[in-house]
Parts: sequence; C-alpha cells; structure tokens
Amino acid sequence: MVSTLTTPQTPATANPMLHLQGLDVYYGESHILRQVDLTILPGQMVCLIGRNGVGKTTLLKSVMGLLQPRQGNIFYQGQSIVRRSPDQRAKLGIGYVPQGREIIPRLTVQENLQLGREAQRERKGGDRFDEMMDLFPALKDLLQRMGGDLSGGQQQQLAIARALMGRPSLLMLDEPTEGIQPSIILEIEAAVRRTIETTGISVLLVEQHLHFVQQADRYYAMQRGGIVASGSTEELSQDIIQEFLSV
Amino acid sequence: MSLFASSLFDGISIGAVLLMSALGLSIVFGLMGVINLAHGEMMMLGAYTTYVVQNGAKALGGGLWLNLYIFPALVLAFVVAALVGLFLERNIIRLLYGRPLETLLATWGVSLILRQFVRSVSWGFVAGLVIFAVLFWGGRWVLQRFRPGGLGRMHQGAIALITLLSIGISVTAGYGLTGLGETSFWGKLWFSARNVDVTPPGWLQGGLSLGTVTLPYARLFIISLMVVCLVGIYWFLQRSPWGLRIRAVTQNRQMSACLGIPTDRVDALAFALGSGLAGVAGCAVTLLGSVGPNLGSNYIVDAFMVVVVGGVGQLLGSIVAAMGIGITSYLIGSGTLGFVLSNMGASFLQPVIDILDFFATSSMAKVMIFALIIGFLQIRPAGLFPQQGRSVDV
Repeated sequence: MVSTLTTPQTPATANPMLHLQGLDVYYGESHILRQVDLTILPGQMVCLIGRNGVGKTTLLKSVMGLLQPRQGNIFYQGQSIVRRSPDQRAKLGIGYVPQGREIIPRLTVQENLQLGREAQRERKGGDRFDEMMDLFPALKDLLQRMGGDLSGGQQQQLAIARALMGRPSLLMLDEPTEGIQPSIILEIEAAVRRTIETTGISVLLVEQHLHFVQQADRYYAMQRGGIVASGSTEELSQDIIQEFLSV
Repeated sequence: MSLFASSLFDGISIGAVLLMSALGLSIVFGLMGVINLAHGEMMMLGAYTTYVVQNGAKALGGGLWLNLYIFPALVLAFVVAALVGLFLERNIIRLLYGRPLETLLATWGVSLILRQFVRSVSWGFVAGLVIFAVLFWGGRWVLQRFRPGGLGRMHQGAIALITLLSIGISVTAGYGLTGLGETSFWGKLWFSARNVDVTPPGWLQGGLSLGTVTLPYARLFIISLMVVCLVGIYWFLQRSPWGLRIRAVTQNRQMSACLGIPTDRVDALAFALGSGLAGVAGCAVTLLGSVGPNLGSNYIVDAFMVVVVGGVGQLLGSIVAAMGIGITSYLIGSGTLGFVLSNMGASFLQPVIDILDFFATSSMAKVMIFALIIGFLQIRPAGLFPQQGRSVDV
C-alpha cells in the first residue's frame, strides 16, 4: 500500500544522482515546499505526481537554482550545489525542460539547439546534433524557422533536444505532455525512453499523463508541499492515482 | 538647393553620431533593462582620449603622426570607454540589478562624477586616487590573505577601519599635492573646465566638391565610421557565439541561465561593448566641434529618443530613427528648412515658414522634435518597427 515517507532514506548505492534533504522553499512569505526529501539513483527515472499547485514545479526550480531554499540541502553527484548559480548547475550536467517550454522565440531552431551546447562546453563528449535529428526528425525541416513560430508539440521536442544537446546526467522534465496532441505525446515518450536506454541518464519527470507516469521506475507523490507517498510505479494502484493524479 | 543638400548631409553625419551612441544604449537597455544616464559621459571620455592621443602625436613630432593619430585614437577611445563601462557595470550597476529607479539615479550620479573628474583631474588628484585604491583593495587583500575566514565579529570593523584610513590618507595626500599650485607638476590641471579643441588630421580638412555642393571630408569620415560600426555590430550579434548569447539573454534571461549561459558575463560584455561604441562616437564628435566636460549631455537625450522611436533592440529602427532625428533637428535648428521654403516664393507657405523660423535655434528645434516624437508615440507606442507574429507575446 501507500508507504508514507517521513524519514530520509539513504540509498544503498554509493552516490545518488540527486538527493534532496529537508528542503524548505518559500515564495516571499508563503511556504511552498515543506521538508522535502527525494533521491534519484543513476539511470533511474523518477516521476513526481500531485495535483496542481502542490509545489512540483517549485521543486524543479529549486534543483535548477532559480529558487533558493531557506533550509535543507541539495546534493548532486555527492556534492552540495545550493550555493551554485543556475548556469553553473547546468554546466555540472543538470538539463531542464521547463513548463511552457521557454523556447527563445526570436532565435532560429538551429540557434536554440546551439544554445543547448553551452552546458556541455567544459565537459567532454562529441556533438549531439545528428543524434538529436535522429531522435526528433520533425525538427530537421524547421532548423531555419524562428523558435517562437513553432507549434506546441514542435516546441516541446525542441526544448527536450536543446536540453539533451548539453549532455546532461540528470534531465528534468516539467509536464512535457501538457497541451500536446496524443500522437506527439507518444513520440516524446519514446524519445525520452530511448535516451535513457542509450545514455543511462537519470530523469526527474513531473507529469499528469498516466501513460507517461507508468514509464518511470519510481514515483513520489506530493500534497501541500510535502512528499506524502513514494514507491515503485508498479505498485501504483488505482487508489493512489485517484488520490494524487485526477484533478 | 545646394544649401539644402549640404544641410541634409550635415544632418546625416549628426544622425551617424547619434546612431553610434544609441546602438550601445539600445543593446544595454534591451539586455538588462538598465537606463544608463552615464552613457553620454562615455562619449565624453572617448573625446578626451582623442584629445590626449592628438597631443601625444604632437609630442612625437607631428608629420605622419598628426595625420594618422585618428586611428589609434579610435581604438583607444573604444578601449578606455569600454573599460570604464566594465568597471561601472561590475561595481555599481550589477548591485542594483532589477531596481531601475535606483540604477537611473546611480548612473546619473556617475555621470556627474565623471564630468567633474575631467574638470579637476591633475597628477595630484590621480595620485590620491591611486593611493586610495592601493590602500583600500590592498588592505582588504591582506585581510583576506592572512585571515581567510574573516575576523569574526571584528571583520566589519576592520573593513570600516581600512575604508576610513584609506579615504583619510588619500584625501590628505591628494589635497597636499594639488595644493602645490596650478603651475606645479602635481597641481596642473590636465584639461580644466574649459573646452579643448582637437584639430582634425590634414587629410580630413576640406571637402569633396560635387557641383555646387561641398561635402566635408570629416563628415564623410564619420558616416563611413558609422557604417563600419553598424556592420561590425550586426556581424557580432548575428554571427558570433557571444552575440548569440546576448540575444538569448535579452529575450529570456532565466531560461538562458538554465541552459548554462553565464548571464553576468554576458551583461558585463554587452555593457563594455555599448560603452566602447559610445567612446568611438565621442572620438567622431571631436571632428565636429570642441570637446568639453558637458559634451555627453548634449547627445544623451537625443540618443535615448533614437532608442525609443526605433524600438528597443531593433537595428533597422535605430538607423531610421537616428537619421530622422539627426536630419530633422539639423534642418530645423539651422533654419535651413524655413530658408529653402521661403526661397520657393510661395506666399501660401508663409505661416509654415514663420513657424519654422520660430523654431530655428538648436534648443527650439529640440522642442519641436520632442513634440513630434510624443505625437508619433501616440500612434506607434512600440516604435517604428514593432515585433510582429506569434513570437511577440511569448
């Protein structure tokens, strides 16, 4: 059944990819995240579920460095990163696909992808451009178009490709299927799945779409700013889905 | 007609100067939302740099040096203004990020300081500044070096003591040295408050005769300089990696940071670049008239108008706006337009001519230009070429 989680679980393996420890985040005076503990192992895909407004996006923003926690710590590959700026975290290998995609509108698709390379500059590994063209063939014909002129689904694919261009070790996706037609959702799912298999990166996914949630290895459920349940997605029963997913 | 043509040409060269300084303002405003009121003083510094280089050329014996000094002067004007801009951004503007009103006041203060600086700078003054810098930063370095963890509760006090001591010693030294008198080495003012003159190189004096119209070489030089700057900036923004970063941060700062772009370095670079361009504009201005501490303030307002009318971050809009404002203000301010119309001898134009004559001084021409701009902005609030299409609201 639902395993309620109050104490931080120290994973058996040496270094988790990401480990949040007692994270407290505020927007001004309103308390958004309350004592959040979360662990992602290397190569693991973790899904964060919960209704609107429970703090899922806030959690991702805190990991990226866009919000500063008032208490608690964030460990990435064993080192604390709370004092690092977002661009330093990106260079350490955290890729971020935000809600609303945030494609730079008046840059071409090609230039948007080129910006994805920024995070990779100081680490080794070849260029991923051709790989991305294989992963998202739809982008091939759009390279000279302005990013802002693309449809929602195309922008979502571009946002994921852009994040992957930087060869992240941890990819964070914030509602990648929101407002996108079903056929594209399947494409995006397949692409994320394929990337995990070929590169072995960890993924932190925020998602409402049940089919995508079930692709993950583990789930964490949030309610009113705290983690209230977690477990393997195989245990994800109809009750839990009813409780945390349906709006 | 030849009067009209040559006035038009003069107007274009004024527009070229405006454009060079407006480009930097536009980039900085688009990127950081900072209205830099000290931008005009970057022009002033560029102009004084030119003056210094010219004097250096004279000291070297003139001849070839006096003919070619303008090229090293251009480079140095860019470098000096860019370095001052960089210092400004790192030490003042960065600390006020996201507070436009405070930034406005702070940069205005900086502009006043810079103006007074060129009025009262002498070797004694510089010595005082150097002593302060050495004591202040040296003291803090020593503190950092030997007590890396700070001194605990005494740390703030130690820094305050260093600050007070360095101010005290440097002010005393500065006063002592400048007090040696106007004629001594230490007390002699470099520029003084009076305007100084830069003599254009020989090959820039005179003009190109086209029938009845003479186009001064100096103004032709300024226009070609503007074209070079424009092409350079266009290439830099559109083709270079740092240009791409500047464009990305301008449009979406937060996401750019999340992609790994060092936004603080982008800010510093763009600010230095904009200041450097103003320095080049200042160097160009020396060919048109004398150089004084208030040189920048004559251009800064017009440069802002170019940014507003052209639309922020719009290269084409800036070009059209700069030319429009430069030409119109020159044609009206010099009285050329009224004169040309009255020569046409059409009596029904008399009221128009009277109005134009009324505005035919440079300050009254500004009044008219601003009135026109206010009217224009009622019709097109987003400038000449607003963004269109799906990406506007994103």
